[in-house]
Amino acid sequence: MSGVTIAQVEKLPPAQRLMWAFRDMKVVTWRNLMASLRIPEAIFFSSLQPIMFVLLFRYVFGGAIPVPGVSYVNFLMPGIFVQTVCFGAVATAIGLSEDLSKGLIERFRALPMARSAVLAGRTTADLVRNIFVLVILTVVGILVGFRLDNGVLNFLLGCLVMIVFAYSLSWGFAIIGLKAPNAETAQLMSFPILFPITFASGAFAPVETMPHWLQTFATYQPVGVVVAATRSLMVGGPFLDTTKIYWAFAWSAVLLAVFSVLAVRSYRKVG
Amino acid sequence: MTDDLAISARGLVKVFNRGTTVRALDGFDLSVRKGTVTGLLGPNGSGKTTAVRILATILAADEGTAEIMGLDVNKNSADVRRTIGLAGQYATVDENLTGRENLRMVGQLTHMTKATAKLKAEELLERFNLLDAGDRTVKTYSGGMRRRLDLAAALVAEPPVLFLDEPTTGLDPQSRNDLWEIIEQLVANGTTVLLTTQYLEEADRLAEDIVVIDKGKVIAKGTPAELKAQLGTTVVEVTFASHEAAISASAVLEEELKKSPMREGAMLELTVENGPKVAADVLRALDAAGYDILGLALREPSLDDVFLSLTGERTKAELAVADAPRKGRRRTTTPEEVAK
Repeated sequence: MSGVTIAQVEKLPPAQRLMWAFRDMKVVTWRNLMASLRIPEAIFFSSLQPIMFVLLFRYVFGGAIPVPGVSYVNFLMPGIFVQTVCFGAVATAIGLSEDLSKGLIERFRALPMARSAVLAGRTTADLVRNIFVLVILTVVGILVGFRLDNGVLNFLLGCLVMIVFAYSLSWGFAIIGLKAPNAETAQLMSFPILFPITFASGAFAPVETMPHWLQTFATYQPVGVVVAATRSLMVGGPFLDTTKIYWAFAWSAVLLAVFSVLAVRSYRKVG
Repeated sequence: MTDDLAISARGLVKVFNRGTTVRALDGFDLSVRKGTVTGLLGPNGSGKTTAVRILATILAADEGTAEIMGLDVNKNSADVRRTIGLAGQYATVDENLTGRENLRMVGQLTHMTKATAKLKAEELLERFNLLDAGDRTVKTYSGGMRRRLDLAAALVAEPPVLFLDEPTTGLDPQSRNDLWEIIEQLVANGTTVLLTTQYLEEADRLAEDIVVIDKGKVIAKGTPAELKAQLGTTVVEVTFASHEAAISASAVLEEELKKSPMREGAMLELTVENGPKVAADVLRALDAAGYDILGLALREPSLDDVFLSLTGERTKAELAVADAPRKGRRRTTTPEEVAK
């Protein structure tokens, strides 16, 4: 210890810093995933909710919602997938809020780790969780009649579109997590944003059946675009609309750029 | 800025706006020499923790400058973080991870290799007597165990400067002693420690220099001996059979000596410059008034006395926590912690 001098604290080349930032992000991601594995109840119930949605819409509302050209379950599943990964962003808000109130972020802030790692590690862990839930949901979907009629590759591309979008959205909800006074409030603050964007999106019913003013919103708002893009890939046929795919990626890029800057700014201000 | 300072702060100001405006730090200065322990003493809300958080780069000061090992906390915050360890007032470890995982995580986040982080974790688990609990999630730990793990986490990177913010609050006497020994060992090996505490006994034992802070300002500093010397040289303690006797005798002594004694239960204390003479006067006065006393003692002033005289306008009750160690009312552990 007596040998420790300032000499060890040298200026680092940017490449090395980037590598460290990436390593830090991996460590924090691992920690978040590990922590959620320790609460199997949370995994179980967070998977249960989207399954309930599938069953509800497939069997309760589905009969009353006519869609042109395809079976309702094929129409529905891309919508449910998108809705589910969007709701996954609530976990980002709650997780960060909890870390904050437990003082864990304080410890992280006093460590020589990259400042971005706490946020990047949280959003990445939530991305991994989203993939896990998507796998479960796909199995459930197939059990209730969903078919990958447009090919496996297109299905996977559809998943990619929504995963990328959900990742961007996570950064937005990170801001809520950092601003909310506690985890409960973070959750309460999330829903009024999530409900309109996921339900008024064409996820569950064709946009054309909505009043005109709502159609405009549902068509162009980010979740609406992502639903259309996903459906274009997973179902195709009457829903084929390649431009929506580009628009979905464009929305994701714009949101990620804006949200990540704002989230990092809020993170710096916390404390 | 001289080279032998590990920590230096000049004119730190921090204002919080939470409903009302609070000047948590109001022109705070601090100099800590390399390889020493400085005790930062002050009552609750005096600004101790705010000072530590600014020095640890967690919080930015509104005014003033601070350097750790010559590195500016604002301009070189990344380098500062590589130089410091922090054990907070609340044990900030991840309760969903095991003790072992927590330490490895911190090791990796300080950019050790995986293998080194692993070794370091084992070493610290052993040193802090947590080997058996290493694979349990922290959720199952007692308060004392969390505390130890938190400290272990602060030591992972073997930082040359260590901030300990009330490190022994909540530890049982045995663990407290163990911890003091660990801190002494660290300092012997060259680590600089800034220790905030409400336990004067702790500061007295560990700290070479003491800084007393109140309302965000330094109100006194020096070695424990210097601080004690600032005060009257001797304390005269008279013990009575009951509180009532002490209360009424207090009036007698005040009348006789023109100085009002401090009362602690059935005991009266007088801090004076000429102890033996006052003791004789006290005995004479009490004897004349017909009081029976159980005990009479002359002692050196403790840091408690220094503390009390410095933050004088407070009542004893308010300082009960800070005052606790010497009076045997110290809250070391909760019953649950002992049970565990």
